[in-house]
Amino acid sequence: MEKFGYAQSQKFDTYASRLLPRKEFFTSGHRACQGCGEALAVRWVCKAIGEDAIIAHATGCMEIVSSGMPQTAWMHPWIHVAFENTAAVASGIDAGLKILARKGKLQGKRPAVVAMGGDGGTSDIGLQALSGAMERGHNFTYVCWDNEAYMNTGIQRSSSTPYGAMTTTSPPGKMSIGQSTQKKNMVAIAVAHGIPYVATANPSYLFDLYFKVRKAIETPGPAYIHVLSVCPTGWRSATDLTVRIGRLAVETGVSPLFEVENGRYRLTVEVPKLRPVTDYLKPQGRFRHLRGKELEFIQKHTQAQYELLLQKCNASYPEFPLISPEEEGQE
Amino acid sequence: MAVKGHRVGMEVSIAVSHAVQLARAEAIAAYPITPQTHIVEHLSSLVANGDLEAEFINVESEHSAISACIGMSAAGARTFTATSSQGLALMHEILFIVSAMRFPIVMAVANRALSGPLSIWNDHGDIMAARDIGWIQVFVENGQEAFDHTIMAFKIAENYKVLLPTIVNMDGFILTHVVEALEMLDQETVDKFLPDYHPRFKLDPKHPLTMGAFAMPELFTEVKMGHQHALMTSYDHILKVWDEWGKLTGRTYHPVERYRTEGAKVLLLIMGSLAEVAEVAVDEMREAGESVGLLKLRMWRPFPFKALREAVAGAELVIVCDRALSLGGAAGPVMAEVRSALYPLAQKPAVVGYTVGLGGRDTQPEAFKEIVRLAREEAAAGPSQEYFLFGVRS
Repeated sequence: MEKFGYAQSQKFDTYASRLLPRKEFFTSGHRACQGCGEALAVRWVCKAIGEDAIIAHATGCMEIVSSGMPQTAWMHPWIHVAFENTAAVASGIDAGLKILARKGKLQGKRPAVVAMGGDGGTSDIGLQALSGAMERGHNFTYVCWDNEAYMNTGIQRSSSTPYGAMTTTSPPGKMSIGQSTQKKNMVAIAVAHGIPYVATANPSYLFDLYFKVRKAIETPGPAYIHVLSVCPTGWRSATDLTVRIGRLAVETGVSPLFEVENGRYRLTVEVPKLRPVTDYLKPQGRFRHLRGKELEFIQKHTQAQYELLLQKCNASYPEFPLISPEEEGQE
Repeated sequence: MAVKGHRVGMEVSIAVSHAVQLARAEAIAAYPITPQTHIVEHLSSLVANGDLEAEFINVESEHSAISACIGMSAAGARTFTATSSQGLALMHEILFIVSAMRFPIVMAVANRALSGPLSIWNDHGDIMAARDIGWIQVFVENGQEAFDHTIMAFKIAENYKVLLPTIVNMDGFILTHVVEALEMLDQETVDKFLPDYHPRFKLDPKHPLTMGAFAMPELFTEVKMGHQHALMTSYDHILKVWDEWGKLTGRTYHPVERYRTEGAKVLLLIMGSLAEVAEVAVDEMREAGESVGLLKLRMWRPFPFKALREAVAGAELVIVCDRALSLGGAAGPVMAEVRSALYPLAQKPAVVGYTVGLGGRDTQPEAFKEIVRLAREEAAAGPSQEYFLFGVRS
């Protein structure tokens, strides 16, 4: 697996898909909906994390479609406990591996610890456990599958649902435009914890996703990856447009691809000229009720957010004394 | 031939943390809550000083504490935690999952009232709200028992034929914060009794397993049946471990302990440290010629049906003293279960329930004498009220 590591990837200007691992860790036969962007993301994230990994998964779409007793789609050692505690379970796995390694009870290399959860399990009900795990500095990677609502329970709004979107609990009506709040900025929350690696990703950009996951896995300490996952069922979009809509999210600036290493922002997919947001909103039935003024507002808001991101990417950062005396002693 | 431990005077919480140290717990996750704090504080310092080789995570809530414990145990480490009251309630959702997934986690619960109103003081409201979580649950009444049962809990839980999490219940403050004389064992003795932990199942890339799959209606009942079977059959394995401990230390424990029950027509039945107070009352009543004895229910889950039925044989009246309320229901949960367990007997004693010592209300020997007097009157008048809340100030 090492030959596909992040460091190696930097030696190439272009990547050939045949260099990516063929082995499947998220196997076919699972029950995800047709055109599920999340299942596509899971498949490639699992390839990227490689064989030596343990996965803790939150309750949600990807858990339900993949682990009906007595079957499983997971080739990794995999554990599901509950909805809101995945980061805590991963903390425990990290601590368990640490002590077993110290006592010489762990044969071979220490496996990577990966926690996965949906946007509800991450930005709503699981936020506390995630915050605790990031603050404590566990050596794990958290991957959020963001399909922007509680799809598993029937498309209810979450704090990750974008402004204006229709869900079953944020329906547009005479008194409502649909979701009335802006999407919670989970990436900024993760960055605020001062963890070494944070990134956004999207399965429409497989190489970008793949190498961000590798980088996260290889980074000691907590890493957070926020994966936008197109959901035809909940977004009311055609199942054959999943990959295209994922691209449009990036090309319109709605969901830019970037990474934050030790607090420093960097765009990983640059878009010279953003397309109008309507290109992204139009193919999705969840935005169908929006009209001129509302669309203009979303356009302006997206533009402002994007410029703010560019400012962060272009900012100059002071040097921090990143090595604590304790860490120095270990070297 | 029993080994002789060295006799020490020690706060019971500290004794429990030494038991965890002697058991060589490898991973601990905990969140501070009164009156559990002294246990985890002392464990923290044992780890910080290198006296216990373990990973200690200070999590951000009890929900995460028990969740992290699952991760630790699933990774293959011997795992311990401790909590109390609101903390146990916050863990509630996960407690059922721990036992269903069969992780042999050991937890000390410093029993404390559940809010509201907020009370940091002792009763059994916390654990009675968690009685159906599918864990093995024992109650202890003094420091020596707290020490002994903490070590034994690991051996019981980790038995491949058991593989169930285990709770050791100890009364908050009135037991956890009391300095008592007890016999401490040395590491070599404990190592022989409790060998190194080798998990039956763990998360291992070389042997990948899916843990925590969901069940459709055609499987859920069977999985639950398996869990129930494991808990009920753990009874014999628990007795084996207690027996082995008895041979090792000279201290033998039973699911239902008897105190001066010979020929007793009236039996008090109590769980936890109030039993020692009741002993004083029983002594005095016996001296006054009254036929009163005391049963102490040590094993709460699995419920010792057979041992209880044997223990009440010949008695006319069983007075159950609960430390918790089932509001709007059968009031005392222990009374309800005891009465239900005795119901099939052809010759059954009357069962009267009193709830005592809620939220730290002091309960003296005189109270038990008064309860015996009241219960006798009640039983003589025939079946009437389901239960009584004792000691309500008017």
